[in-house]
Amino acid sequence: MFLTYQRLAGTLLAELPALWFGLTGPIEWFLDTVVGPTMDLLAEVLGAPMLAYPFMQRAYLAAVCIAVIGPLVGTFLVHREMSMLSDTLAHTAFAGVAVGLFLNSALSLSLSPLLTAFVVAIVTALLVELLVEHAGAYTDTSLAMVLTGGFAVGSILITATDGGIAVGIDAYLFGSLATVSTANVGILVLMSLIVGGLVTLTYRPLLYVTFDATAAQAARLNVRLYKRLMVVLTALVVVSAMQIMGVILVAAMLVVPVAAAAKVAGSFKQSISLAILAAEFAAIAGVTLSYVYGIAAGGSIVVAAIAVYVAVLGVQKLAHRLPTVQRLRSLRTRQPRDGLEADGGERE
Amino acid sequence: MTTATTETDRSAEPLISVDDVTFGYGDIPVLESVSIDVEPGSFLGLVGPNGSGKSTLLDLMLGLRRPDEGTVSLFGEPAHEFDAGERIGYVAQNATKAARNMPITVQEVVEMGRYPRRLFGRFSAADRRAVEGALEEVGITDLASRRVGRLSGGQRQRVFIARALASEADLLALDEPTVGVDAESREEFYSLLHDLNATGLTVILIEHDIGVVTTYATDIACINRQLYFDGNPDEFVETDALAQAYGADQHVLQHDH
Repeated sequence: MFLTYQRLAGTLLAELPALWFGLTGPIEWFLDTVVGPTMDLLAEVLGAPMLAYPFMQRAYLAAVCIAVIGPLVGTFLVHREMSMLSDTLAHTAFAGVAVGLFLNSALSLSLSPLLTAFVVAIVTALLVELLVEHAGAYTDTSLAMVLTGGFAVGSILITATDGGIAVGIDAYLFGSLATVSTANVGILVLMSLIVGGLVTLTYRPLLYVTFDATAAQAARLNVRLYKRLMVVLTALVVVSAMQIMGVILVAAMLVVPVAAAAKVAGSFKQSISLAILAAEFAAIAGVTLSYVYGIAAGGSIVVAAIAVYVAVLGVQKLAHRLPTVQRLRSLRTRQPRDGLEADGGERE
Repeated sequence: MTTATTETDRSAEPLISVDDVTFGYGDIPVLESVSIDVEPGSFLGLVGPNGSGKSTLLDLMLGLRRPDEGTVSLFGEPAHEFDAGERIGYVAQNATKAARNMPITVQEVVEMGRYPRRLFGRFSAADRRAVEGALEEVGITDLASRRVGRLSGGQRQRVFIARALASEADLLALDEPTVGVDAESREEFYSLLHDLNATGLTVILIEHDIGVVTTYATDIACINRQLYFDGNPDEFVETDALAQAYGADQHVLQHDH
């Protein structure tokens, strides 16, 4: 009985890489016929030869995808005050990578470590969510335990095989442009379509659950389902972006642009667009700086994103000092009774 | 409720019927053998000390929790099986807290009232009309594009009422909605609730300010794990139910405000 299962699992595992590389066909075509020529043209027009290198074209395409799906899911996550979850899932995804490398080395398979990372991150996301459903709230302590626990398991697995698989682990920890393969880009594009599609489809329930989960439950929305969907989406985004951003830094893509956008956005929809815009700027600037100065891509992108955040803060502070027509008008109308309710005296 | 409020009774069947309900969190008993009916069109004020089980009772009434013993029916169905979410408007105790930092407009929040009817797909003309009408009814049309977090406490509460009106709810449940709202806005808020109730909307209000409840409610239920009083406000002020329910906690509560 057990043996048949093992054999079944064995064949399944053996088939998966084939499925995996089925992705490379269409994406290679896309890179060759759409991205390549466009960027070659850009390279010529801008006088920047790096845009013509295939590995940079892959890197830019990957970064652009990450900058869409990161803030898209991050906006819901941040406003549910669950930013830590993205970091936690990233660290358990590292354990997933280690599991993949370990299985390959121990059973001489050729699994993509990214695949095992997806599985481990999604399973962890659902487990965390089930624990939360049981306990009632996210706690710093439990997330910190899952985060460090995942990382611990990863480090054990990596050292358990004579250090042979420790080679290349840096790429997962800190991210890298050079190791982004066509298959990786294919996965990112596919994930962007899946994540983008799911968020578009379930935008309303996700928004209601993020804003006011109790009222959403009273209105008979399936709150549990949408909360679970949200954590699975987070896992998908984190693992997809891990290759470039690195396990340790990937969470920034879901948090920093969102925080910047939240300062200035006029509405929730606008805050998503602005966050994506900020992330795109950071991603393209980061990848470019990374190539020009030969520095880490993930780090450059995160620093660029934080620079955007700081700039937004600065501009906002400055704007508050200057009198605008709108502010003058509101000063004039806000005299008699708003004096009392101006800030609502919100003590709790 | 009792039949003392005959003029607001529109049908024989209660909108909510709580029958001999007992509920606890683990080993901690929260409610014991509570029975209470909410008639359509009534304005029920739920009062009791902190930790008396008011919010839990409201959750049970709305089917958000299931009783350990006893039954709850909502619009004539077992409360937990009831699925016409658009008939319930709920303003949670901490709703305003989440609203403070999130970049979301008044319009976006009020549109949520339509979500139970249209969770996917485009809003129809009727959906849009309902949202506009709700904004107008509570007098926040001019605030529609403002961020909810940048409103005053009183304005923000109206947004949540508008959300319930947009869903054309039959029942509006509020759990201490005016915590942190200044006195003048509170007065306006409660007279708005009173007006809405007069148009036939059934209201259940959890409130720590007994004065508000006796002024605006048509029925009062006073609980502290058990039901101490269930009747109209005039009778309520004559009995010593309040003192009994609050018992030794009373001085602690007064300390609260």
